[in-house]
Amino acid sequence: MKLITAVVKPFKLDDVREALSEIGVSGVTVTEVKGFGRQKGHTELYRGAEYVVDFLPKAKVEVAVPDGLLEQAVEAIVKVANTGKIGDGKIFVTDLEQVVRIRTGESGEEAL
Amino acid sequence: MKRLLSISVLLAIAAYAGVCSAEEVAAPTVNKGDTAWVIVATLLVALMVIPGLALFYGGMVRAKNMLSVLMQVFVIFSLMAILWALYGYSVAFTEGGAFFGGFSKAFLKGVTPESMAATFSKGVYIPEYIYIAFQLTFAAITPALIVGAFAERVKFSAVLLFTIIWFSFAYLPMAHMVWYWAGPDAYTDAAAGEKAAATAGFLFQKGALDFAGGTVVHINAGIAGLVGCLLIGKRIGYKKEFIAPHSVTMNMIGASLLWIGWFGFNVGSNLEANGLAALVFVNTLLAAAAATLAWVGAEWVIRGKPSMLGATSGAIAGLVAITPACGWAGPMGSIMLGLVAGAVCFWAVTSLKHVLGYDDSLDAFGVHGIGGIIGALGTAVVANPALGGTGVWDYVANAVAEYDTFTQFCSQAWGVGIALIWSGGVSFVAFKIVDLAIGLRVSEADERQGLDVTEHGETAYNL
Repeated sequence: MKLITAVVKPFKLDDVREALSEIGVSGVTVTEVKGFGRQKGHTELYRGAEYVVDFLPKAKVEVAVPDGLLEQAVEAIVKVANTGKIGDGKIFVTDLEQVVRIRTGESGEEAL
Repeated sequence: MKRLLSISVLLAIAAYAGVCSAEEVAAPTVNKGDTAWVIVATLLVALMVIPGLALFYGGMVRAKNMLSVLMQVFVIFSLMAILWALYGYSVAFTEGGAFFGGFSKAFLKGVTPESMAATFSKGVYIPEYIYIAFQLTFAAITPALIVGAFAERVKFSAVLLFTIIWFSFAYLPMAHMVWYWAGPDAYTDAAAGEKAAATAGFLFQKGALDFAGGTVVHINAGIAGLVGCLLIGKRIGYKKEFIAPHSVTMNMIGASLLWIGWFGFNVGSNLEANGLAALVFVNTLLAAAAATLAWVGAEWVIRGKPSMLGATSGAIAGLVAITPACGWAGPMGSIMLGLVAGAVCFWAVTSLKHVLGYDDSLDAFGVHGIGGIIGALGTAVVANPALGGTGVWDYVANAVAEYDTFTQFCSQAWGVGIALIWSGGVSFVAFKIVDLAIGLRVSEADERQGLDVTEHGETAYNL
């Protein structure tokens, strides 16, 4: 099992959710996050006082998938979250040791 | 304090009735239309303070200090209302010396529903109670303007104590000096006029024109704010941390309420619902619009982007500048004054402040002080009949007096100078007293946590 952590532009969140649903992913966890990458921040001016906003808002999507679905899921995210412009985000993939469904106590891929 | 009004209609009626002297014509009457207008104007000025000014200022602070600003404005409004009734009205608007009035109307003694207050036309009066209430709102907004200079770092108790001292020794004498006079009916002939003039406030006698409070309200509050932010010091993290307005939306709502309320402030100051009131209305509208365009335009050219906060700031700067001039300027003069105020105030808050290095949090001095000075001095220019102004009415001759811009400019400079020195001095002493008595600033930990929780035990947004 793998854990996919995708940081995407907030307005792409709905597209990502839809694309993942279509390939059979049954659940995701979303967090509003801030960060910076190559896009860096931007400056804001208030009555002449200049502030550099270093961290830009992004959406972090966490998805646990069986190994067989990994490639498809990553492809789906890349396809819909891509605008071709700087700041589209990143996808991190890590190994997932265990998953437990709290309600039933099921574990492993059955719990996904 | 405008002096222009035709009494030709009254005179015609008087002539018809076979009455020959102007004094007898001027039997005091209360006009219901005027009364209704001043009641509405009083509501509009109250609206400027709560919630107008509170939201205008509140939107510019960080979310953790929102309630502290709203509370300071709201409670200052209430506190000033009470002090105004106890002794403020009497000290400002009864005969006394050239600098302070007396205590003859303390606790509003002797005022009844039948009492009348003079307007600017001979023989035309409004009920004194509504005049008291109208002037009360001016006394209430002025100290509330000051808190913008040291927002986000001062104890609530310190704000209140300072306000009480400053109101008593800076606002009341300034109002008396600029606005107190015996009323138009005292000016029956040259000798009576001279005698009446000698009882007027110091700056009134100097001939300083201030229609709705450019010196009394805006320069007065602006310089107090400057002294305050110099003595109190900068906010923690000033120019190092992200100290941006938490809601420019609230700021825009507040600025719009201020703009609308300002029609009560300026047009209400005419005390009568007549043609001059209509001119004041148009002047107020045009100056604010011109200053908005000037600020936004300057910002667009110099900084690259036109901002919402710039637009609201420009509108307020224009309203401040037209305040002293609105009863004497013409519409085109008002536009010019607005353009100058918008551009110069933009420079003051974006460049001057940073060069001089003080932290006037919400630009009480940059907008109200600078805008007020431009308006007070500019009044001398735009009031000139040759430039479309109305000139100054001579109540003895019952005609527009001869106008000399330079002479008037000197009178205006007296007003500006006295306001800066008097209010600056009183503010300095008042801040020192408060600092010794209870301390001005909150602790560093409290300032970092925000004044809402530490001073008021509440949070503005429980989202």
